[in-house]
Amino acid sequence: MVQASAVEIRKVNKFYGPFQALKDIDLSIPPGKVTCLIGPSGSGKSTLLRCINFLEPYESGKILIDGQMIGYDAPGKPMSGRRLRDMRRSIGMVFQQFNLWPHMTAQQNVAEGLIRVRGLRKPDAEERAAEALRKVGMADKMGNHPARLSGGQQQRVAIARAIAMEPRLMLFDEPTSALDPELVGEVLGVMKTLASEGMTMVVVTHEMGFAAHVADQVAFLEGGELVAVDTPSTILHHPRDARIRAFLRTYHERNAF
Amino acid sequence: MFSIQTFIDSFGPLLWAARYTLLVSGLGIALGLVLGAAICAAALSRNAWLRKFAAIWVSFLRGVPLLVQLLLLYYLLPVVGINVPAIAAAVISVGICASAYISEIWRGAIAALPPGQTEAAEAIGMSSGDIWTRIILPQAVVMSLPALINELILLVKASSLVSVVGILEITRASQAQAATTFRPLEVYLAAACIYLVINLCLAAIGRWLEHRAAV
Repeated sequence: MVQASAVEIRKVNKFYGPFQALKDIDLSIPPGKVTCLIGPSGSGKSTLLRCINFLEPYESGKILIDGQMIGYDAPGKPMSGRRLRDMRRSIGMVFQQFNLWPHMTAQQNVAEGLIRVRGLRKPDAEERAAEALRKVGMADKMGNHPARLSGGQQQRVAIARAIAMEPRLMLFDEPTSALDPELVGEVLGVMKTLASEGMTMVVVTHEMGFAAHVADQVAFLEGGELVAVDTPSTILHHPRDARIRAFLRTYHERNAF
Repeated sequence: MFSIQTFIDSFGPLLWAARYTLLVSGLGIALGLVLGAAICAAALSRNAWLRKFAAIWVSFLRGVPLLVQLLLLYYLLPVVGINVPAIAAAVISVGICASAYISEIWRGAIAALPPGQTEAAEAIGMSSGDIWTRIILPQAVVMSLPALINELILLVKASSLVSVVGILEITRASQAQAATTFRPLEVYLAAACIYLVINLCLAAIGRWLEHRAAV
């Protein structure tokens, strides 16, 4: 048997009322690799990402994290909140809007999960938090509240908050979409470092440059369907599907002044 | 002619009566905060019956004037065999009425929090108890402060209504004082000053709390 997937998505369907947001999605996320999910808005890529840590429940199919199904003990039988929380501990997530807690400093944001979820004592958690913040280049702003940080700095703190928990898998939901263009680089830089250290990453992004240069595989979604999964060069430079070509054309047109 | 002497002399009996204003509004507010938290929890509960109960509680107490609620309670309690002093009936009425408004203020503040705040906590595996005490409530309480202080000031002023069940608080005392001195202007001006000082203090406490919570 080849190396097991970090995440195995099998025949996943997701509905919002009568609207089907995900249609029979099959996708394997290899461990230690970067997978980018791309596609037009409303294609279901963020929904799929949020199903991986069960922030969005899926109705049918299976999502296995290291071989264990998330959200359900068996198909149709939801798992207890406690078991779900245990599984989420090893899955880090970074959001488009950062979602830092504004009433806490950068360091407290990172330490909170270590104290409440991992049960570390406060001084140990603070030390671990400081270490994670150093890693994302935020050591000098540890005492700042989020309101006193730029978007790029807030997102780096959010990444530190996730990696401090020592996850086996990191999910990024359009991590640079809310940032001013000049701040995108610092966040992508931190993500590249994480990738080079062998972190398993699933990234929903509109940064085609990141997908082209950092991703190991790219998945293209449209209308809730997984249209294609392949290497970045195949998807981005030699797409076989007309829908992918149409999507990429919008990028080419925007860059051709 | 405005008599400064009568104005100054009015403060004696009015300040003495102010202890009832402070007692009724202070205890009423305390009861309102506790009950308000409980009703707010019921309104946000997963249990449909609790939500229904909270909705009825809020719409009745907001829809009926405090004066009518007060009289209802005051005359209802003896009928069902409960004899409480007027002061207790007053505190309970004010507290119950306040709870309806306070629960709505808190429910609104909690609903105004971006869902991402909770999602970020869920994503790292925090329990719902920790999410409430560490993430939602600290932010919601601070956000609710301006509306809450507003409500508390309204309550202090509404406490004048308890005079109808015979409690000699500031307003009732000024009426008596005005009747005996034949100097209503001086007496009511003194009463206005006392209310103003109480409420300026409340507003100052509110600003201090907001300032302390601001980053």
